[in-house]
Amino acid sequence: MTKVSMKVNGKAVSRDVPDNTLLVDFLREQLRLTGTHVGCDTTQCGACVVHVNGKSIKSCTQLAVSLAGAEVTTIEGIANGADLHPMQVAFNDHHGLQCGFCTPGMIMTGIDMVNRYQAQGRELTEEAIRFELEGNICRCTGYHNIVKAIDAAAQQMSGMAKAAE
Amino acid sequence: MYQTKYHKAASFDDAVAALGAAEDGKYLAGGQTLLATMKQRLAAPTDLVDLRGIDGMVGISVDGDSVTIGAATTHAEVASNAALRAVIPVLCDLAVLIGDPAVRHMGTIGGSLANNDPAADYPAAVLGLNGTVITNQREIPADEYFEGLFTTALDEGEIIKAVRFPKPRRAAYQKFPNPASRFALVGVLVADTGDGPRVAVTGAGSDGVFRAEALEEALAGGFSAASLEGASVDSDGLMGDIHATPEYRAHLIGVLARRGVAAAG
Ligand SMILES: Cc1cc2nc3c(=O)[nH]c(=O)nc-3n(C[C@H](O)[C@H](O)[C@H](O)COP(=O)(O)OP(=O)(O)OC[C@H]3O[C@@H](n4cnc5c(N)ncnc54)[C@H](O)[C@@H]3O)c2cc1C
Ligand code: FES
Ligand code: FES
Repeated sequence: MTKVSMKVNGKAVSRDVPDNTLLVDFLREQLRLTGTHVGCDTTQCGACVVHVNGKSIKSCTQLAVSLAGAEVTTIEGIANGADLHPMQVAFNDHHGLQCGFCTPGMIMTGIDMVNRYQAQGRELTEEAIRFELEGNICRCTGYHNIVKAIDAAAQQMSGMAKAAE
Repeated sequence: MYQTKYHKAASFDDAVAALGAAEDGKYLAGGQTLLATMKQRLAAPTDLVDLRGIDGMVGISVDGDSVTIGAATTHAEVASNAALRAVIPVLCDLAVLIGDPAVRHMGTIGGSLANNDPAADYPAAVLGLNGTVITNQREIPADEYFEGLFTTALDEGEIIKAVRFPKPRRAAYQKFPNPASRFALVGVLVADTGDGPRVAVTGAGSDGVFRAEALEEALAGGFSAASLEGASVDSDGLMGDIHATPEYRAHLIGVLARRGVAAAG
């Protein structure tokens, strides 16, 4: 057992866990943050994507002990009270989900790509969105509405970034 | 995943000592290969020694016509580094094709080279650009580093610290991804270097990454796609599996090499 302390969705947390605990199990089993899903055994599906120190990672393929002191954001941490994040609103508006299993990972990946492209001053084209979704698998939607939702959220988020300047 | 004991190494000596004291230890970097393998119970190290916290393991430095990339530098950092793009853009173009964004945020160049998967991308870069693998013990030239499938010149417990690349006159990487895994079904890096043309092929060789000498000889007559007309790669020694026969891989190597030379300009 090792004591692991990190910040999750802005709150300091600390738990004694076996060293082989994956971040996703730390989040789901220890913190009961069950919005982050596990869809595969092979690091391929992206249902488990969260942000660690501002970057998207697959939480099923990182040890919790290696993330001592990290800042982690999960799907539970992106809304502002009752106000959903623009990416969540866009998935709703554009019917970007059916069963919803892949959705938390899609949304965390979507936010990460929009942030990165904006920071680098690059245009997030439809082709770029599809390229960036390489590591997120959806069994239901056929992806078109996910791409539309991310595109709409990107417009919204860039408007917000400009307004904040 | 089986039980394991995690160590965070503070220095190279610390890492070597922790590995030496372990019953069956392994170094850990991004974990995008090792943890994935441990989840499948295909590996069960008693101890993991994390190298990412060691000073000097992360970062990209440009020194005139040579670039040094720390072993724990992630694929995402290599893909987006502006100073690197100004000197050896092919490394950025190659790194952005590895896996997906989340894998690129964690996976490292050192982990990829230590692992030496026969379908990985970085081995083609190191061999094609004539890079040097710098370890805690010595410097290993590319031509001596890759020894076979998942096998390298690294000794037990040896740590990759960094990789140094000389700037080529021009170079390009062309990847034909496996439609399911997105690893290279065939990947070809062509480079026009001060010491002549180099063509490195990943994804295709039964012994892992290799130099396509027939294509290098053809390019010695002039670094252009036209020089490659009529030159071909023998399918003997190439991998065959449900995705592609050796003959198909041999054909793809020629196609990708011509595209690469054209793209390198
Ligand atoms: C979904 C998915 C898709 C992928 N697609 C691709 C792809 O298209 N192309 C590609 O090339 N790769 C691909 N990869 C593999 C990825 O690039 C890995 O990041 C990389 O192979 C290993 O790097 P790592 O830092 O994660 O190493 P780890 O998994 O931590 O370690 C790998 C091995 O290297 C050893 N090691 C690590 N660092 C060092 C060091 N500095 N010195 C000595 N030994 C060391 C470890 O002991 C271990 O044996 C993919 C992986 C996944 C999960
Ligand atoms: S559960 Fe993490 S990638 Fe599938
Ligand atoms: S909505 Fe069902 S898996 Fe994507």
